[in-house]
Amino acid sequence: MEKYLNIDHVSIEFPTANGPFKALDNISLKIDKGEFVSIIGHSGCGKSTVMNIVGGLYQATTGGVLLEGKEVNEPGPDRAIVFQNHSLFPWLTSYENVELAVKSVFKGKKSTAEMKEWIDYNIELVHMSHAKDKLPSEISGGMKQRIGIARALAMEPKVLLMDEPFGALDALTRAHLQDSLMEIQSNLNNTVIMITHDVDEAVLLSDKIVMMTNGPAATIGDVLEVDLPRPRQRLELADDSRYNHFRSEVIHFLHERHARKVA
Amino acid sequence: MKDKFINFFEITGFTWFVPVVKLISGDAREKQAGELLKMVGIPILALIIFLGLWHVGAAKVVTSLGQVPGPVQVWEQASILVDEHYAEREKEKQFYQRQDKRNAEKLVKNPDAEIKVRPYTGKKTFFDQILTSLWTVFIGFVVASIIAIPIGVISGLSDTLYSAINPLIQIFKPVSPLAWLPIVTMVVSAVYVSDDPMFSKSFVTSAITVTLCSLWPTLINTAVGVSSIDRDLINVGRVLRLSYLTTVFKIVIPSSIPMIFTGLRISLGIGWMVLIAAEMLSQNPGLGKFVWDEFQNGSSASLGRIMVAVVTIGILGFLLDRIMLTIQKSFSYDKNAVIR
Repeated sequence: MEKYLNIDHVSIEFPTANGPFKALDNISLKIDKGEFVSIIGHSGCGKSTVMNIVGGLYQATTGGVLLEGKEVNEPGPDRAIVFQNHSLFPWLTSYENVELAVKSVFKGKKSTAEMKEWIDYNIELVHMSHAKDKLPSEISGGMKQRIGIARALAMEPKVLLMDEPFGALDALTRAHLQDSLMEIQSNLNNTVIMITHDVDEAVLLSDKIVMMTNGPAATIGDVLEVDLPRPRQRLELADDSRYNHFRSEVIHFLHERHARKVA
Repeated sequence: MKDKFINFFEITGFTWFVPVVKLISGDAREKQAGELLKMVGIPILALIIFLGLWHVGAAKVVTSLGQVPGPVQVWEQASILVDEHYAEREKEKQFYQRQDKRNAEKLVKNPDAEIKVRPYTGKKTFFDQILTSLWTVFIGFVVASIIAIPIGVISGLSDTLYSAINPLIQIFKPVSPLAWLPIVTMVVSAVYVSDDPMFSKSFVTSAITVTLCSLWPTLINTAVGVSSIDRDLINVGRVLRLSYLTTVFKIVIPSSIPMIFTGLRISLGIGWMVLIAAEMLSQNPGLGKFVWDEFQNGSSASLGRIMVAVVTIGILGFLLDRIMLTIQKSFSYDKNAVIR
């Protein structure tokens, strides 16, 4: 059966002064609709590169990405990206930031009133209605990232791509946003690819954890299916033996098996 | 009400008014008085010391036009210039009254008589010259901005174009207005030929010279602002599939607005300095011509009058900068940024 998102034998090389540098080698991954997939690996292993290829910001040197059977080779709102540093337009208020996205995606498809309703709905989804008229410089880092997520969700993407979305936040804010994200995910059932380097985050949120080997020529080392029942509760899981089993699997991979298997 | 005043003074940069407002409204009086003393007292003290040194120093230098004027003589000349302005205005009023009366009498004698209305051609007063200078610098500056901002945006977006025009910028940027002026004068007299010119040639020459010298800071700052835009913001635009023009107008220009205004502010400052030199040589009836005419005139009052012009130029330059600062602050999206 054809999968929803198919990353098919993707390799990428970057030209450098000393000849081409192979960052990713032969990455193949199939993702179902509604699946939440985390990609975890050490810094610099090319996690973000995978995401940028799926997002269409980079072009794979060989192989390709198929979304619903169609090849992806340029960026588009069907693959909305949540960037690590929120990337809100600093001169626009929270509302206007979401509005810019909604207006360019739904031009001619929604009426002005429908757009307004849709913007408000998405801002409410991330619990930011109280600060929708504030500029990014006037709200906290966690709040900015919430708006960044609202902006991405408002594009109604087929796949939501998140590049270490909570990496720049403190632990408490991060936990809070993870809970929000799980709540949103249980309602909308989006297909999500999240890049992370946080083991707990990966186990808590994901259906599938993709563990990457170190670069250069990084590839997928192992894929872990996390079949913990949903909804998941952070506190209950802390003492759950299966949760801890998944957690230790990932940690063992990262600390022992991260080197590329010699073929 | 109070907060409105404070906000206004903070945005316009007149921060030393803030404690005055707070003092009047009765907020922590002693602390505000201390603030006030620090913010106003020290500058005033420095000013008094400066005036004292000027007074003593000037008295020791004697030129062929007499002693170098101290603050007292300059103040006298300033009030004479104000009086001259009012006297000239009075003369003008009387001229038109006489003319109207003469014409009315003519019409009474013969209703078909041709009447002539002649404009008053008395000499320009100091204040007329200030206005001419401000108008000239404004036009030169606006033209420079209209040229520099689009070129800056385009060359910031394209590395190729930037490396193409960068050498030109670097070569023309340090050129003195005085070097441009003869060329500009000749070109203007050759090209700007009209029987009923809208602007005088001296005006056009001065304005163009201002333009030529005040282009560069805006151009460079715009290009740097545009090229240093956060890549992620551009990527957001790519994800949204914005067109090239939408990207430029919705993302690139707004994000480089602070840098553009930094450039504009430097440009206006340079334009104002250049203008005085340009007016001297092109005889545009502004402050530069005033200084030149007084220098040529060589009366015992001349140095004092020139000094009045010097101080006026300084104060106006300061005010222009403050206006730009206010605009810059109101366009800045990061309200926490310190802009001085």
